[in-house]
Amino acid sequence: MATKNFKRIDGRAVDEMRQISAKVGIIPNADGSAMWKQGDTIAIAAVYGPKKMHPQHQQDPTTGQLRCNYTLGSFSVAERARPGKNRRSREIDKIIEWALSPVLQIERFVNNVIDVHIHIIQADAGTRCAGINAAALALAHAGIPMKKMVCSVAAGKLDKTLVMDLTKEEEDYKDGEGSTDIPITMTQDGEITHIQLDGKINSKELKEVIEMTKKAGKEIYEIQKKALKEVTE
Amino acid sequence: MDKYYTTPEIMKQRIKQFLSKGNRFDGRKTNEFRDIEVELGISKKAEGSCRVRIGKTEVIVGVKMDVGAPYADNPDKGNLMTTAEMLPLSSPRFEAGPPKFPAIELGRVVDRGLRESGFINFEKLCIKEGEKVWTIFVDIYTINDDGNLMDAAGIGAIIALKNSFIPEYDEKTGKVNYGKLTNKKIELSENVPIPITIHKIGENFIVDPTREEEDLSETRVTIGSSKGVISSMQKGEANILTSEEMEKILDMNDKIWNDIFKKIKKFLK
Repeated sequence: MATKNFKRIDGRAVDEMRQISAKVGIIPNADGSAMWKQGDTIAIAAVYGPKKMHPQHQQDPTTGQLRCNYTLGSFSVAERARPGKNRRSREIDKIIEWALSPVLQIERFVNNVIDVHIHIIQADAGTRCAGINAAALALAHAGIPMKKMVCSVAAGKLDKTLVMDLTKEEEDYKDGEGSTDIPITMTQDGEITHIQLDGKINSKELKEVIEMTKKAGKEIYEIQKKALKEVTE
Repeated sequence: MDKYYTTPEIMKQRIKQFLSKGNRFDGRKTNEFRDIEVELGISKKAEGSCRVRIGKTEVIVGVKMDVGAPYADNPDKGNLMTTAEMLPLSSPRFEAGPPKFPAIELGRVVDRGLRESGFINFEKLCIKEGEKVWTIFVDIYTINDDGNLMDAAGIGAIIALKNSFIPEYDEKTGKVNYGKLTNKKIELSENVPIPITIHKIGENFIVDPTREEEDLSETRVTIGSSKGVISSMQKGEANILTSEEMEKILDMNDKIWNDIFKKIKKFLK
């Protein structure tokens, strides 16, 4: 159960997200691009395409394809991360594809591929969520037809308290039942396209988390709309 | 979606026509750089970091440090490792996957520029001779490629190092306390090895090419120098330079080094 008087390390209310800023059109070469900053987590995303899929044998004449590529910068974390892909980033690539695909009208682009590249410049938890938010903005900026927007946030539970938007410090919370990390991606109408969970939680609490996330998703949606209206290039 | 993956022949011809009169599409002189913009501290997790924009070209550079064993041939010196990644988000020409030759060359040329100039005082990075020394990692990521990544990366590496602080190190546990930086900087020389790449296009020599101009480059020479002292050099691409042309390149480097130095001076404190 959410306890209202739980004190978070940075003094936020339990359902309060970190300060968000977003900017669209940051990479001139790309067809669409965006930056998403949530607290100390900074993600950038670029979209290239739709373009003919290469190699040719991977072309699908029935639909277009989405290809995501997530990388964590070597100096985005406390201990230097080895550059290049690893198992974690490969899984996140797929997770992001699954989170974004349901809202894209990608079936229009037969034989084509849309590349979404995400790079984390500074990491303080919730990097896949920041990456998804940036990617959604970049796809919209690229003019890819979308049925809806997606909004992503890392919900969680610290001991027995449900909270929104965990920081790294909160992810490492050890007291009581410890920390549960639940990254969720939703459309602005609350349909879930992605959910993951690591930790310990009961189904009643999880239902409550989903309700909290819907509210946070609406806030994210408003910020995304605002950022898209401010695009100059 | 109609992106040019190569520069069209007709544009190449026009660039050459312009150059034959000493002109460029964007109105610059042949020995003139685009505006250089620098932003410091772009990642709080780095020991030092910066963003460098030269025109529309953009790179980010970060410095991380770690404690490890020294190399057997240099038991009292710290180490330097420079890597560059040409992120596929920065150009439709770059692909995901293991680093290809241009990224490897970029990292290596920047590395030699820093190393050979004596810019970094490696002796001061020794904690215990033969056992523990600091390793400096300089990591370069491209964000947008509009030509001349080489100079942008080299300038970024110098500025990131100049603005780095050494993290706390606990000698008892042997652990680096990341996130807690001391007020000690990496000891660096006043002589900054600014890299300048000069490209040969026909009879003309230019600096800081845009993407289209760089596609026309027949050969290039990157010179890492400080106040007239050259400490690293790399000639790229398979075309001949006469000795007269080489002299021209050296004179050009001497002439514009100060201009670049003036532009970035305030970030080198």
